[in-house]
Amino acid sequence: MPDALAVRGLAKRYGSVHALKGVDLQVGEGELVGLLGPNGAGKSTLVKIAVGLVRPSGGEARIAGAPAGSLAARRALGYLAEMFRFPGWYTADEVLELHQRLAGSRGGAAERKRLLELVALADATDRRVDGMSKGMQQRLGVAQALVGEPRLLLLDEPTSALDPVGRRTVRMLLEELRGRGVSVLLNSHLLSEIELVCDRVAILLGGELVAAGSPHDLSRPRGVELETDEGVRRVEGATREDAPRLVAEAVAAGRKVYGVRVLTSTLEEVYLEAVGGETS
Amino acid sequence: MTSVWVIVGYGFREAVRRKMFAVVVVLTVFFLALFWLANHYVFRDLGSIQPPADVNVDTRTFAGAFLTGLSMFATLFLGVVLAVFLTLGAVSGDAERGLLQPLVARPIGRSTLLIARFIGAGAVCTVYVLVVYFAALLITGLTGHWWPDRILWPGVELAGGVLVVTALSLLGSVLLSATANGIAVFMLFGAGLVAGLLGSIGHALNSHTIKHASTIASWALPFEALYQDGLRMITEKASGLTGFLLQLGPFGGAYVHGWGIRVWAVGYVVAVGAVALAAFARKNL
Repeated sequence: MPDALAVRGLAKRYGSVHALKGVDLQVGEGELVGLLGPNGAGKSTLVKIAVGLVRPSGGEARIAGAPAGSLAARRALGYLAEMFRFPGWYTADEVLELHQRLAGSRGGAAERKRLLELVALADATDRRVDGMSKGMQQRLGVAQALVGEPRLLLLDEPTSALDPVGRRTVRMLLEELRGRGVSVLLNSHLLSEIELVCDRVAILLGGELVAAGSPHDLSRPRGVELETDEGVRRVEGATREDAPRLVAEAVAAGRKVYGVRVLTSTLEEVYLEAVGGETS
Repeated sequence: MTSVWVIVGYGFREAVRRKMFAVVVVLTVFFLALFWLANHYVFRDLGSIQPPADVNVDTRTFAGAFLTGLSMFATLFLGVVLAVFLTLGAVSGDAERGLLQPLVARPIGRSTLLIARFIGAGAVCTVYVLVVYFAALLITGLTGHWWPDRILWPGVELAGGVLVVTALSLLGSVLLSATANGIAVFMLFGAGLVAGLLGSIGHALNSHTIKHASTIASWALPFEALYQDGLRMITEKASGLTGFLLQLGPFGGAYVHGWGIRVWAVGYVVAVGAVALAAFARKNL
């Protein structure tokens, strides 16, 4: 079975600006991949090319084996844009019904009810969009992207307007989707969120892929911390494999050991190292 | 085809909810009320008009044709306003506001989306133009007991003219921002009207250069030619001095008319539509 998303040598130029410079990226079946990078790194451009909103200058993007932008590709994906709006006079239920009809979904009222429950909008079925908070609209956007049970979900900053509870709702939803085998490409600035839910992370900088791998693989050892009766001591450069030896040495030296902690870099540190502190 | 009707319904609902229809209906009722008043007073005072004995003018035909021409101009203008406001932001405007991307991401095809917007706006404008045109004819007919020589075709050509503007406005919505598009379409509309009036002046003065310029403008902007042809048909049987005076305008005859311009207008809409589809297919959203 082809990858849910396969991007090879993808390039995009806007005049003299190179938004993407030959990016390779795959999102496998049921995989949840986080896309990171500073503003202007090319994250949204990559997602838009995958959806078919933007034409690439070079390379190719395929959705479930079909060229990005083709009807077959769009049948396989659900998309939440970074900047989106639904007509204010539609109710939540009507928005989903419109997208069901456009997506050719036969889920009917049962699907709409289930999706609104998934994003914690079950009580807002008949509420008009212009009466919703930004956070509610964003959750409705996530529900809209799920119409028709897409194989690949492309989410561009899906939690940017959400409060902590809303973010948790979306995070739990993503975990549930992964359980169901839906592939997700999640473009977000919230590193903690990506670290918590994503199987793999790809970091873009200046239109190039500068790091990719699982959050665990990307993290670096930062030493071992020992808590003894003399206080907390940090052994720089030590790894997980050094921990038993360090404990044994401390005990042999007559110290009482209360705890030991292997330190690794957080995704934030990995990210900052990869982008060199660049913000835009 | 299902997707086309879904988008047609989406556009129709948008027009209703943005209160465009409400505004247009109120303005139209206001116009028709004023038009009835004008008809009432003109035809009431018709008997008191005493042209010189040696001037053979049919005052009822002159007044009826003049008032009907006036109503056709107003109908064209209101129809164009409706067409422009229904379409001016259909692509760039909706994309800027983030309304378009969720729709384009669906498996419906950009061409389907644009064609559906044209069908929706075109259907609304056609029905509107025909209703106002026939309402105005009824007012003049029942008030002044005067009916135009041709009844159906002038209305059809008027609606055709508005469809041409609808297609131009949709093309503009792909290439320009909503505000720039609105300005551009209204300037084209104004240019067409000026060219039509210029044609009447050219024929009155028998100026070959002005007539030539007006003819080129009629083919370049066929909505104007269709409107002028509609005006020509309402008094196509008027002859003598009455016919001559009506030809002088401003609601007089057309100098580019017949099946040639009708076929050209259809081809023009198709060509404008093809350019719009090609531009939309390549547009980054």
